[in-house]
Order: sequence, then structure tokens, then C-alpha cells
Amino acid sequence: MAEHYSSFDRRGWRWLLQRLTAAFLIVVLAFHFMLLHFVNHAAEITFAGSQARMSQVGYFATMLLFLVTATFHGVNGVYNALLNQGLDGTAKRVVLALLVVASAALLLQGTRLALALTGMDVSL
Amino acid sequence: MSQSYDRGLVEDFGRWREFSAGMWAWVLHKFTGWVLIGYLFTHVAVLSTAVYGSSIYTETIRELESLLVVRFLEVGLLAVAVFHILNGVRLLFVDLGMGLDAQDKSFYASLVLTGGIVVASIPTFLGGQV
Repeated sequence: MAEHYSSFDRRGWRWLLQRLTAAFLIVVLAFHFMLLHFVNHAAEITFAGSQARMSQVGYFATMLLFLVTATFHGVNGVYNALLNQGLDGTAKRVVLALLVVASAALLLQGTRLALALTGMDVSL
Repeated sequence: MSQSYDRGLVEDFGRWREFSAGMWAWVLHKFTGWVLIGYLFTHVAVLSTAVYGSSIYTETIRELESLLVVRFLEVGLLAVAVFHILNGVRLLFVDLGMGLDAQDKSFYASLVLTGGIVVASIPTFLGGQV
């Protein structure tokens, strides 16, 4: 077995971002579960309660950063898993483009949702 | 100095009976990751009812939470999230050069801790008005 092991790749910005977002998500995902299942029971969630939370600047910013980091971490994880399976060539470029479009759509809709939860009218 | 460690291909799932603890950790981390990213898209889609009004948002959540199957699925989601978090901490430590010698033990610890947290959370998830 190796004496020292790290999957660190000095050339890869995605490698570093995957770990930085992981460190952030460990804390925020645990906080999200605690707040919306244990402090507030999921069945008792109402728009008014969500609006009260999302109207706090710190909470709103944390949730928006949660959306951005989770989207990157998850989609980049899917891309890495597909690369591990041998994705290459044209298929690799097509999958990357699809994942970028899906991420952009998720970020747009997630931001729209976050604003709607503050009480802002975002209907089209 | 690094030495190579030939574990064989974990991607070759047909030889799952030969998998070591670290390979199971890899498989479970990928599986839970796929579930979590799938859930993220679903979560944003369901909560997007807020865009169409406050009452439809509240009613949608109430309706979903009134279904016992949804409560059970949420317990499953908790199990997936807790394992991904704990195994993620394990991976971060290994990447920082710590704990490789005990990577199999830390995987088993992640599993046991996930089981404990999930079992302890069942009353909260299944309790309340259904």
C-alpha cells in the first residue's frame, strides 16, 4: 500500500473546487437537515415560515451559496463518475455541454425560487 | 515515496464479491452522490410551486408530508446524505494525508454512525401528523 496517498492534481481547478465545496456542503447540508426536519418539522413548513427565514440576508445568502456549491459539486461529481467509466471524445463534449446547460437551468430556477420565497413576484 | 496499489478495477462491478472496504466506500459514495444530485433537481422543482403563490406551496408540502411513503423516502434521503457527508469527511482527511492506514476502519465507522443517526431520527421523520 502507498505510504502517502492523495488524489491531488496540481493542474486541476475542478479538483480543488470539488473539495472546497465539499467542506462547505458538509456543514450547510447538516444545518439544512437539522433546521427543516428537527427544529421545524417538515410537515409544518409553510410559505410564511419559509418567507420569514429567506427574508434574513444571512440566511438568504447562505441558501443561495448552498444552491451554487451543491450544483457544482453534484454536477462535477457526475462528470467525474462518467469520466471514470471511460467517457471520451465527442460523447464527452456532448455530456459536458448537457451538464453545463442543466446546471445553468437549475441555478436560474433555484435563484427564481429563492426570490419567490422572499415574497417577490417572479412569475413570468 | 509513493508505491502503486493494485486493487483491480472497481468499475468492473461483476467482481463485487472480491471488493475490499475501500472499493465498497467508492461504490457507495458514487451511488449516494447520484441520489443527492437527482434529489437536488427534484427538490427545486417541487419547491418551485412557491413561484405560483403562497398557498399552493404550503398545500403541496402538506400533501406530500401526509403520505407515509414520502416520510419513509425522507428517511432514505437522510441515510444517503449522512453517509455521503461522513464518507466525504473521511475522503477529505485522506486527501490531506491523514488516516489512509485506517481507511477501512473509518469506512466501517461511517456506516455504523450513519445507521445510528438514521435509526435515532426515525421517530422524528415518521412522527407528527400523517
